[in-house]
Amino acid sequence: MGQQSAQFLIRSNIVRSRYPRAILLQYTQEESTVNKLIDLQNITKSFDNIVILDDMNLYIRENEFLTLLGPSGCGKTTTLRIIGGFETPDKGRVIFDGTDITATPPNKRQLNTVFQKYALFPHMNIGENIAFGLRIKKKSKSYIQDKIKYALKLVNLEGYETRMPDSLSGGQQQRIAIARAIVNEPKVLLLDEPLGALDLKLRQDMQYELIRLKNELGITFIYVTHDQEEALTMSDTIVVMNQGYIQQIGTPEKIYNEPENAFVADFIGDSNIIDATMVRDELVEILGARFACVDSGFGENRPVDVVIRPEDVELVSPEKGILQGVVSHIIFKGVHYEMEVMAGGFEWLVQSTKMFPVGTQIGIHVDPFNIQIMNKPVSEDEEAIGVNE
Amino acid sequence: MRDKLRKIYIALIFLFLYAPILTLIVLSFNASKTRAKWGGFTIKWYLSMFQNRAIMQALSNTLIIAFLSAFIATVIGVIACLSMQSMRRRGRALLMGVTNIPMLNADIVTGISLMLLFITLGVQFGFMTILLSHITFNIPYVILSVMPRMRQLNPSTYEAALDLGASHVQAFFKVTFPDILPGVLSGFLMAFTMSLDDFIITHFTKGPGIDTLSTKIYTEVKKGIKPEMYSLSTLIFITVLLLLFLVNRAPAGKKEKEVTL
Amino acid sequence: MNKKLLATPHIVWSVAFILIPLGMVLYYGLTDRTGAFTMAHIITIVTEEHAKALLLSIELSLISTIICFLLAYPLAMMLVNMNMSQHSFIVLIFILPMWMNFLLRTLAWQTLLEKTGVINSLLGFFHLPPLEIINTPTAIVLGMVYNFLPFMVLPLYNTLAKIDKNIINAARDLGAGTVQTFFRITLPLSIPGIISGVTMVFIPALTTFVISNLLGGSKILLIGNVIEQEFTQAGNWHLGSGLSIVLMIFIVINIIAEAIFDKQGEETAS
Repeated sequence: MGQQSAQFLIRSNIVRSRYPRAILLQYTQEESTVNKLIDLQNITKSFDNIVILDDMNLYIRENEFLTLLGPSGCGKTTTLRIIGGFETPDKGRVIFDGTDITATPPNKRQLNTVFQKYALFPHMNIGENIAFGLRIKKKSKSYIQDKIKYALKLVNLEGYETRMPDSLSGGQQQRIAIARAIVNEPKVLLLDEPLGALDLKLRQDMQYELIRLKNELGITFIYVTHDQEEALTMSDTIVVMNQGYIQQIGTPEKIYNEPENAFVADFIGDSNIIDATMVRDELVEILGARFACVDSGFGENRPVDVVIRPEDVELVSPEKGILQGVVSHIIFKGVHYEMEVMAGGFEWLVQSTKMFPVGTQIGIHVDPFNIQIMNKPVSEDEEAIGVNE
Repeated sequence: MRDKLRKIYIALIFLFLYAPILTLIVLSFNASKTRAKWGGFTIKWYLSMFQNRAIMQALSNTLIIAFLSAFIATVIGVIACLSMQSMRRRGRALLMGVTNIPMLNADIVTGISLMLLFITLGVQFGFMTILLSHITFNIPYVILSVMPRMRQLNPSTYEAALDLGASHVQAFFKVTFPDILPGVLSGFLMAFTMSLDDFIITHFTKGPGIDTLSTKIYTEVKKGIKPEMYSLSTLIFITVLLLLFLVNRAPAGKKEKEVTL
Repeated sequence: MNKKLLATPHIVWSVAFILIPLGMVLYYGLTDRTGAFTMAHIITIVTEEHAKALLLSIELSLISTIICFLLAYPLAMMLVNMNMSQHSFIVLIFILPMWMNFLLRTLAWQTLLEKTGVINSLLGFFHLPPLEIINTPTAIVLGMVYNFLPFMVLPLYNTLAKIDKNIINAARDLGAGTVQTFFRITLPLSIPGIISGVTMVFIPALTTFVISNLLGGSKILLIGNVIEQEFTQAGNWHLGSGLSIVLMIFIVINIIAEAIFDKQGEETAS
């Protein structure tokens, strides 16, 4: 495991403990007018009395690159396995292209999976691995040969037919696993953390490769990862999950710029998440100072969470800032400096190309459209009380 | 339904494996001297077996040989595993091949080959010849269970110990040995069991004056097995069963306090 | 300190107690009482008496091996699917019977199988015809299966437990049904376990003289019985060694087969 993933583990644990299950609510996806290729309806699944997925609803459109993103144990892999047919939901239905496939075994489903750690058949060579699905379907020999050639070309491994899986590197095995799946012309390709075992450089190369493949094949990809960068790079749609609940569904830009709640903001990239009060429409009080913003409709004097990305915090001279503080920490990160600024009793994370030495008195300014206002997470009980008001 | 069939199948196999053992346990409480008849319940064989000097002598021979052969095989085996790590591939493969011969070979061939060796050397048959033979067939079992552990070892920990000032011997006993200990213990236990259960090799390498439980039983087959043998075997079996139960339960008990014996 | 020197006791031991003794078997098998070279003790296997014993041994041990395989394979699969958290527990349950003496356990089958034994009493109770297999080859096969079944189950269980669940899932995902997945994936991947299980049952079954003695009523002679008698009663070590060499040919063939498949297993292991 690289340093990155180790850091990630620590981070995701913090994130999880800060947002206990009781206060998480299911995000509702906007109704689609376009054709739903896969429709998960009210999916509930538990293992040993632990609820993994709780009344989940999600649809996937044709030709979409959809990523299920979340920390380990959030239910993303279980969701994928339910779509693939390796788990049966306790409750709910899986609709594929208009037919209910909830009880259909995996070998009768028109989709294929690329497994974590590839799962190539160790006793078959590359050609036999790729041919496996086609031989089961009793395709002709010449058809199978053509398909193997085509698939190997597609994944840039021409001439590897007779090699054995264990003589290939991790990246090559991954490509073969993809080739083995796509020769069956599935309507949907399921990918379960396929790049998890590869090193950083290879992972980035494979990301571009996957985008290219998806565009060339024109099929739907459902991708599971815990790596937010991977999700942002490749996806058309990201589904952020936590502890069996969908937290937000949207384009990468939307998820990054307008996180629905503090969990999403915290999980996707670095951010300053601060308790604040919405004074009135387009005006928010953060740490005692009033900032102009662009959001409205939260009511007056309501407690909210605000998210400000570190690159959106502008450091100015103290008199020009809305809030005043002192630089307490600085690290050089290559493209920018990362600083911690103590201001209003909160430690702000700031990224800037300008350098301010530790101890500098400084002012903080944030453009109104860079302030993202979020409702505070409400537990179901509290919400019930809210209705009574 | 499928689940039920599965359970029935597994239960039948276990019935098959354990039915003779149950039979022997029942026989050990049989008041009648012959196996064929049930003469009522008694524990007299459990008392009289301690008076039977021949049986007690065979028991002590068996246990001493099992313990000594397992212990010596463990020492030789662990040292061999250590050195095999630093051997070249070919040499290691060759040595492993030779090591495994007694395990793969038929017991009868191993037995007669050792018998011929002892005859040629003019060694007197008795305790020593049995012990040497048992060590020989025990070594592969030790190596078999220590080797995988040895391979999993992180070589850096040994080097770290040296780096921190330990001598080679200290580094081995403080760092390497605790790591391979589970393998060493299971190897010892396996060897002990194999020695205890062996009949064929002992049959060919024992002298006329000495008996282990196995050879004693074999000579009794035609005359009729003494009922004390059943009670002794039952006692050994129940002891081992209880020991294993305790060992297996001990670590689990820490995790789940509500599980009690 | 040279680590390689540590192997010395083991190497010396192996040469003294494994290689030299085997050499003696070869020497005795290939010479007569005067010490002259002869093939007579090996060729004697074709005489009616010895050939009969060998063929019967092969027949009974083959039958036992097949029965063990057929019983053990489904059992091993079930045990793997049970997802037992403690693998050692399964090993234990099969090794445990060894703590009851092997001869006594085998003798217990006499009690169970006798004309008035436990099994026949039970059969009688259900008005079923009695089993009369004691002192027949069938009883010997039963004794072999009983004694060697664990040696088939354990290697099968070990190889089957090692197969990555996702490899099975991948086959299903690519369209293979349960039966196809079994024959194309599970069975080929478990070949190393099958080979070692077959070896561990076939060799001791082929060479046993105890089981045939205890359950065959000492009328049925297997090749093991012939060799044992040559050594302990007839005192003809040359003839006994010669017949042992014949047995060793079977063992060597088996070991070679295992080595070949083991190598393949190593190459294809992921």
